[in-house]
Amino acid sequence: MKASRRYFLKVAGLSTFAMAAGAAKADAAYEGYSEGLKAKRWAMVIDTRRFQKPEDMLPIIEACHKVHNVPSIKGPKEIKWIWDDTFEHAFANDPNPMLPEDVEERRFFLLCNHCTNPSCVRVCPPGATYKTEGGLVAIDYHRCVGCRFCMAACPYGSRSFNFKDPRPFVKEINPAYPTRMRGVVEKCTFCAERLEKGLMPACVEASNGAIMFGDLNDPNSIVRRVLAKNFSMRRKPDLGTDPGVYYII
Amino acid sequence: MVEKVLKGSPKYYLWLLFLLGIIGYAFVVYVFQLMYGLEQTGLTRNTSWGFYIAQFTYLVGVAAAAVMLVLPATFHHYHPYHRVIVFAEFLAIGAVIMCMLFIVVDMGQPQRVLNVILHPMPNSVMFWDATVLCGYLILNAIIGWTSLEHESRHVEVPKWIKVLVVVSIFWAFSIHTVTGFLYAGLPGRHYWLTAIMAARFLASAFCAGPALLLLGLLLVKRLSGFDPGKKVVKSLSITIAYAMGLNMFFYCLELFTSFYSGIPGHADPIVFLFCGHEGLNVWVTGWMWAAVVFAFVSIFFLAIPKFRANMKILPWALGMLIIATWIDKGLGLLIGGFAPTPYETYEVYTPTFWEISVSLGVFAVGALVVSILWKIALEMKKEGGEPFALAD
Repeated sequence: MKASRRYFLKVAGLSTFAMAAGAAKADAAYEGYSEGLKAKRWAMVIDTRRFQKPEDMLPIIEACHKVHNVPSIKGPKEIKWIWDDTFEHAFANDPNPMLPEDVEERRFFLLCNHCTNPSCVRVCPPGATYKTEGGLVAIDYHRCVGCRFCMAACPYGSRSFNFKDPRPFVKEINPAYPTRMRGVVEKCTFCAERLEKGLMPACVEASNGAIMFGDLNDPNSIVRRVLAKNFSMRRKPDLGTDPGVYYII
Repeated sequence: MVEKVLKGSPKYYLWLLFLLGIIGYAFVVYVFQLMYGLEQTGLTRNTSWGFYIAQFTYLVGVAAAAVMLVLPATFHHYHPYHRVIVFAEFLAIGAVIMCMLFIVVDMGQPQRVLNVILHPMPNSVMFWDATVLCGYLILNAIIGWTSLEHESRHVEVPKWIKVLVVVSIFWAFSIHTVTGFLYAGLPGRHYWLTAIMAARFLASAFCAGPALLLLGLLLVKRLSGFDPGKKVVKSLSITIAYAMGLNMFFYCLELFTSFYSGIPGHADPIVFLFCGHEGLNVWVTGWMWAAVVFAFVSIFFLAIPKFRANMKILPWALGMLIIATWIDKGLGLLIGGFAPTPYETYEVYTPTFWEISVSLGVFAVGALVVSILWKIALEMKKEGGEPFALAD
């Protein structure tokens, strides 16, 4: 009996120690990459003058969808993180029948605006959609219940729902990024996982400088310098969401 | 009390069996939806809510309607209602259960439903909606059950129940207000972004719910001989007429703001619902016009005392009112809400065979719950010696 009690105490003591050590180790594991890019308010500037035809946009869309395992499902139940559309559709609340010809024919990238006041975050019942440091709007795919309230709340139509298992529709799975399961919502993340490793978002990297990305709060950042010299627009700014994607016209 | 469920005529058993049959069928269909996801529905990226959420919204109204009896009986001591109040409360229980089921069948990941409670977000109206609905279910179950038990044994209803009754009155208003807030706070959804949404919801609930209850009571009278009493029928139909009048008035207020201001965002969804959109097959337009006709015909018969008091006309008027309000909330609200899309384009949502099957199953669950609860209520009243036939 005595021996077994000593044994029990030994094991208990060791476990406590191991747990404490484990907890300490776990804490350390949560420290971000030291090379990670940091900003107070990430923002994107798209120089739309450099995108006239759908062919100009396709490589960028593919770069994003490939790295994030976005399934290619066609039709009204499609899933997309970044895509292109006309001025009339992209800036639906700024109808202008007298647009210059080149603007009328131009294509505009559409993606999540990573709003400062995101209505999707406001409505999400379990907090699966949330704002991170740097103003990114992120989704926890494991907490999402698939109620699609966020899709009704997003005035930009930036969110897609996995109506079915998306995995069979991903051509080439990128093991570095998680695939999703059916029944959850997904959208552009401003490449939070790449920023963390010191990389620019995939679309920015593929755009040959036509898409710029930086800290809106830093007057010396590329986005601030570009916006200071060029007229830009945002989608539906009247709704008070304060979108983080700027379009140079 | 529960054993009363088992005592019944062959007709009663056949009815329960019929409902169980529908539930079984719908369950099988739902298993397919679980396996393959919401792919089976007519929902799309741009129309992310449809038939399920619409039925949920309509039924929250049915649940809230109990207050139209409880309030006059409690605050104004209108005694005739005491005879039937328990039926309203039990109808509310059935309606709330259907609401919850419609939310669950609409979820992409229903097994995570507890995330809403485990990670509560007070910012989210849906969290509050879930909270008030659960609360309303518990309130009605406790109040209905306890008062029925006390009344049938001719014992004074305890004081704490009276407190709960007052709470339930305010609670009933809150459930449909919060449901209105689900819609009325979303930027960019033109049809929903209107301050009158919750008020319109309440008005339509307070006519549709009591209409459903009154139809049910008239049916019970034919089946069991339990007469709700002329006074109950009269005052309920007056309530229904006023609420329907308000409901239609509120809709006209929407029409004024939309078309007099001329702001496309306000007018577009209404034009879409009633007139469709260039070349698109907008199947719902026929339904919307039918709703208008039904609404006017029903209010005509309900508003004129001579017709309202005619027991041959009243059930038809109630039926038309239920159809009109159902089309408004159960079809138009969601289809209009997602038109146009965020890119000012149009598409038409059509519920699929799968969605309608699962919805029928949920309705059958509600009918089963209400049938059983009403059966218990009737048996308890019989046992308590309450007269089924009334002189006046």
